[in-house]
Amino acid sequence: MDATVKTHLIAQEPKAPAKPLVLWRPTATTGLISWLTTVDHKRIGFLYGVFALFFFLVGGVEALLIRAQLMFPNNNVLTAQQYNTMFTMHGTTMIFLAVMPLSSAFFNFIMPLQIGARDVAFPRLNAFSLWTFVAGAIVINIGWFHPGGAPDGGWFGYAPLTSKQFIPRHSIDFWVMGLQLLGVASIAAALNFIVTIINMRAPGMTMMRLPVFTWMTLITSFLIILSFPAITIALVELMMDRQFGTNFFEVSNGGMPILWQHLFWVFGHPEVYILILPAMGIVSEILPTFSRKPLFGYPIVVFSGACIGFLGFAVWSHHMFTTGMGTVATAAFALATMAIAVPTGVKIFNWIGTLWGGHLRMRTPMMFALGFVWMFMIGGFSGVMHAAAPADSQQQDSYFVIAHFHYVLIGGSLFALLAGIHYWFPLMFGRKVSEFWGKLSFWVIFIGFNVTFFPMHFLGLNGMPRRTFTYDGNMGWNTPNFIASIGAFTLGIGIAIYFAVMIYTYFKGEKVGRDPWDGRTLEWSISSPPPAYNFAVTPTVHARDAFWYEKHHKEEIAKENAEHAKAEREHGGIHMPHQSIYPFIASVGMLIGALASSALDSNAGQHKLAFAITGGVIMLVGIFLWSLEGADGYHLHLDKDGKIVEDPHAKH
Amino acid sequence: MSSPAVSGPIDHHQDVTTSTGIPNKKLLMWAFLASDCMFFGTLISTHLVYRLYPPAGNPNPTEIFDIALTSFSTFILLMSSLMMALAVNAIQKGNLRSMRFSLLTTAFFGAIFLGCQVYEFWHFVVEKKMTITNSILGTTFFTLTGTHGLHVLIGVVWLMSMYFYSFSGRVGRKEAIDVETMGLYWHFVDIVWIVIFTAVYLLEYL
Repeated sequence: MDATVKTHLIAQEPKAPAKPLVLWRPTATTGLISWLTTVDHKRIGFLYGVFALFFFLVGGVEALLIRAQLMFPNNNVLTAQQYNTMFTMHGTTMIFLAVMPLSSAFFNFIMPLQIGARDVAFPRLNAFSLWTFVAGAIVINIGWFHPGGAPDGGWFGYAPLTSKQFIPRHSIDFWVMGLQLLGVASIAAALNFIVTIINMRAPGMTMMRLPVFTWMTLITSFLIILSFPAITIALVELMMDRQFGTNFFEVSNGGMPILWQHLFWVFGHPEVYILILPAMGIVSEILPTFSRKPLFGYPIVVFSGACIGFLGFAVWSHHMFTTGMGTVATAAFALATMAIAVPTGVKIFNWIGTLWGGHLRMRTPMMFALGFVWMFMIGGFSGVMHAAAPADSQQQDSYFVIAHFHYVLIGGSLFALLAGIHYWFPLMFGRKVSEFWGKLSFWVIFIGFNVTFFPMHFLGLNGMPRRTFTYDGNMGWNTPNFIASIGAFTLGIGIAIYFAVMIYTYFKGEKVGRDPWDGRTLEWSISSPPPAYNFAVTPTVHARDAFWYEKHHKEEIAKENAEHAKAEREHGGIHMPHQSIYPFIASVGMLIGALASSALDSNAGQHKLAFAITGGVIMLVGIFLWSLEGADGYHLHLDKDGKIVEDPHAKH
Repeated sequence: MSSPAVSGPIDHHQDVTTSTGIPNKKLLMWAFLASDCMFFGTLISTHLVYRLYPPAGNPNPTEIFDIALTSFSTFILLMSSLMMALAVNAIQKGNLRSMRFSLLTTAFFGAIFLGCQVYEFWHFVVEKKMTITNSILGTTFFTLTGTHGLHVLIGVVWLMSMYFYSFSGRVGRKEAIDVETMGLYWHFVDIVWIVIFTAVYLLEYL
């Protein structure tokens, strides 16, 4: 039973009910309104996933354009300006609009199920995070349809390169405002997940019984709330420079470009772990399931994750070895960076330990997870090479760096996320992807990925620079570039197969019942697709692999559940939060404000101010009505088979 | 979790419905304040870094600041924290009238602080000719203290909203957690001001 139930019960009984506020309570369960007003963590997770995959395809097309341009020397598929836009938008899109929200989709959908909760701690705040994320994505991409153009200053946006003096167009304003909205969305979501994991666990679900994916959600959320402020303030400073003529990065008045680099990378490096830790969590769920063994060394895997999170805040300057920080700082950051290899290596060995002696079942999720372990290791090795400052000053800004971080981001994060989609698809939709098509997409993606990025190691060591739109034919870079481009198109075909199969499966795939993989964690104990209320009876947890324990102690669990079901009925049934439109309205207000301040010219003067204020007012009205309507809900009553027997929208 | 004390006395430090006993709202506010620390930390760092490398023609802070006025507004803000604590205490005992008085006083003190800040900004811009654009000191000073002022303003609006809302009959002992959460925010904004007052103002007089 979640917290709002009790506060609700406590609130209503002792005192006479206050006069109810006349505020619209949407009750639609289908149609557009139901999606805009949903507070169900599973629907919100699904929407995160849909938006993330859409932007993943957009970012993928941008990547293919880049590879088409670089396929031959002196090519002119793209102009230099278009090329700048492509690599900026590819990086920004993939990091903030594809991988992070896709992780967030799993946080939303899976994490509450894994801890035996009926929803997150603040369901409406969760909806607000989703819609603010969408608003940020719109602002960043609005440049495609605006004369100012899409952002073109790199995903790192180095000031003063991005100051008004060098890029007077609105492109950077979109980037600045969009990322600030995404920051608000990420922080709000992360706060919600932290409270949920710490406070909403089912009875018996101690911290050291949490599934590893949930643990990584918690650590990632802490990284988000502590690292996003740095970039948000950096963006605010850049925004002040661009909009109000301040001097943060104005060198002639004492501003220092190095400050931007520090602030950006204080965020930027933890961000790398924000991208990879959820992936490690997913893999730590999949490997035990398909090895039919518990995770090897659970506590050390968890502590390694936390250790990576801590160290992640102490290594940002390894992105700045060539800026001349001095010997001591460079040595210290080099050592700290190498130290991160230790907990990472510990995790790798624990995954191998999990596989060792297991009854391996080579299903598609397992293939992607094994691909993750192998490819992520290659990325990790080149990462340790970068940690050595002397070597890094040679590799800085070369294609070697591109090769490195695509091995950790595609071979690492993306492989694990694709594995996660396959793994949890039967739970989310009650259908299973065909093994043949799943494995085919894996092999095409795997081969395409390696053919694309392995040659880039050589390109980098041979001196090919990043972020340069073309190259001469006599540099010795022609063949590797051609191979990489062929690989990129292969990878594109693999991704296309993957998604075509997913869409087909969603509509026509083989139907499966509950728990098709013989899972170990609580999300598999409910029917698929899960009912709105998740658990008919809040589970009691007795062991780390909670559902595995349930399967082997059926009588004990059945008796316990019967008792708890009775107690819950006596306390008024299952509490469900009301839907609400106000988080959506608040996000729309933010969208209007952000668009006004980024898309309109300053000499539009009062129009700009009027629109920005309108946005702010809409946001405030949304927030006020949101708090006035209160966090109450309605109650569901189930019969023995889990069927709803009482009017779901009867108000209490 | 099956037999909560539905009708028993309310324990404000324990919430039987959560795993840790800490109310969700309180935990959310603590986590948010951790995040807000980083926001202010970044702004304060920016100010302190730029303070070390003043360009030629940067105004001298001690010639600009009016330390007597700022000390007064700092004192007022600290006193508002006392009133905030009294407001939380009052509503936990169910004393609605006392809570209203304390909330109003807290907001009033907050408003005095904001008034001092508005005067200070006006004074700096008009009399001392330091604007947000004409020097790096102006840029970091106005951005940092302005961000803090915005936090105080949000706090005052929140306090006043709670004050008026309390007349609706929907605020009682059970809603003490809402006032307490607001109090956490208010105290945090005060503490940040102590840091800013030290790092931005007092440091210049060492």
